[in-house]
This record gives sequence, structure tokens and C-alpha cells, in this order.
Amino acid sequence: MARSTPEIPNASMADIAFLLLTFFLVTTTINNDRGLSIGLPPPPDPNKNIDVKMQEKNLFKIQVNSSDALLIEGDPVSDISGLKEMIIKFIKNKGQDPASSDSPEKAIVSFKTDRGTSHKRFIEILDIVQGAYYDIYAEEAGVTNKQWREAAAKLSDPQSKAIYDRGKKDYPMNISIAEPTKVGN
Amino acid sequence: MSKFKKKAEVKQEIPTSSMPDVVFMLLFFFMVTTEMRKSSIEVKQVLPKAAQLRKLERKTLVANLHIGQPTKAEYGTEEKIQANDVFIDTNDIIRWVNEEKSKLAEAEREQITISIKGDKDAKRGIIADVETELRKGNARKVLYTATDNSNQRKQ
Repeated sequence: MARSTPEIPNASMADIAFLLLTFFLVTTTINNDRGLSIGLPPPPDPNKNIDVKMQEKNLFKIQVNSSDALLIEGDPVSDISGLKEMIIKFIKNKGQDPASSDSPEKAIVSFKTDRGTSHKRFIEILDIVQGAYYDIYAEEAGVTNKQWREAAAKLSDPQSKAIYDRGKKDYPMNISIAEPTKVGN
Repeated sequence: MSKFKKKAEVKQEIPTSSMPDVVFMLLFFFMVTTEMRKSSIEVKQVLPKAAQLRKLERKTLVANLHIGQPTKAEYGTEEKIQANDVFIDTNDIIRWVNEEKSKLAEAEREQITISIKGDKDAKRGIIADVETELRKGNARKVLYTATDNSNQRKQ
């Protein structure tokens, strides 16, 4: 007597797969860390007392106090919408205005905070300062700001590297983040 | 000729027999890319917003530091630094950096990036202390992790 081979019903397999799929769809967090990237300076050499005098005109000073209030070049400012334009103008001055920077290489944006300054405010200002540089880089490279930043994230690709280098060639990012002062907290 | 008889009915159904295969492919993709969070974060983490974000080229080279007020009242209200799943003191950061570096291949150790996930209300003081230690520990690439706000506000 011919016996029929036993079979597992597999009609519901698709349903099971869908359930699993939905579970992983929901739990997946594709980790995309994004943020403001900076490079810290090397640790100070205790043997050398470096006291570099910078020419006042080559410095663009931004100070934030412990209650997050802002001083730009010594003047209290409450509206920061024009800050980016001021920085771009300062960096690209190239000696036109004798009271402003001599060249992009010499121009330094100095950013000093207090220990009591909130991280939110710090990021807000750093964002604007870096944005000013990225705008210049993007213009130099002939792409948009976003495209330039994306190119900077994949330097292994020669085409992106070319865009990155073209933007950065004449404008080193001189942002000096000073040790915070100790007034608040 | 009867050989070329017209078909009476034309079936108009999409073959579904390969659908489980497609689903399994998707399933495997998500199974592989899923990352279950290993440690719970015990400090407040509302990241600040910024527009000029940069992506990291190599995710494997990143080590995370979480800074903010502890979420549990028993740890007090003073801001703390969480690395992996423990709170660390600023003095321990150099040691922690070296530990993280030793997890990487030797050639890549100097390229380590520290992602500082600072709460928006964290004070600059503690973060600056961390930076000072990172400089000493020779881990000088830093990323201040932030969320994107460029869609909401043009700068």
C-alpha cells in the first residue's frame, strides 16, 4: 500500500516570515551618528610657556558668559542671525579693510565660553562658525554646503576628495575654542 | 487550424510563489543590520540641534561618551559622564581612551573619534574638562553629536 509522504503545511510560512520581518523593522535603529566635528589641539607642553601674541585685527572674538549671553568683538549682541555673514566677511577680507583680517590663513575665530555656558548654546554658536567656513568651502568647490559636507564624509572616494580639497585649499579652519573661564558653576 | 486554438482564458495573476524568498531576503537584511542597545543610558540625553552636521566615515572608530544629569535621583543632580555602561570620573578618561584604543587595530588607533553626546542642558565646564583629558589621552578627534534642524530653520 502506497503511503503518502507526510508533509508539513507551509502555507503559513510567509506569515511567520512577515512577523519576524516586522519585528526587526521596528527594532532596527540604523545608527547614524551625526554631529559637529572638531579636532582638539595637542596637549599643552608644560616646559614651554607659549604666549603667542596675535594681532587684534586677525582675531574674531566671540564670548559667551554663564547666562548664555553673547559678546561679538566686544559688543553685546542678542540677535545672532547676522553672525554668519560677519564671520564670512571677516575670513574673506584679505586685507581689504585694514581693521579686519589680513588673509584667510591668519584669520582666527576665537570662541570663548564660561564653565556655566550651556552645551546647547555652545553647539548653536559653533554651528554658525563652522557653517560660515563650510559655506566658503562649498562656494570654492562649486557645490552646495550639504554636498561639500557629504563629500567630506567619504574621503576614500577620489571624486569626493577632490571636492573636499578644492574647498579647503585656501581657507584653513582656524577656530580656537579657548578654555572656559570660571565664573558660573 | 486547430493547432493554434485561441486560449479560452488568460490567467492574469502575479506569481506569488517567490514572495517568501523576497520576504526572507528583507528579513535577513534587517536581522544583520539590527543593533540592540547593549547598555541603557542613565543620563539625560536631549541632544542639541545644529544644521552643519557631518557624518563619520568609519563608524567602527567611534567611542561614545554620554554627558548629562543622571536620570535617577539617587545619583544626585550633578552632571555625570557615562562611558559604555558605567559612570566615570574625569580622571578616568585617559584610561578609558586607552581601553577603547586597544579594541581597535593597531594602525587605526590614532584615528579614534570620540563622540561626545552632551545633553543640551549640560554645562560647558564638565565638557571642557573632558576635552582637556582627551587631549592628554591623545584622542583629539571629537564629534559633538547633535540632531539635524536644517529642515526647520534655514541659516
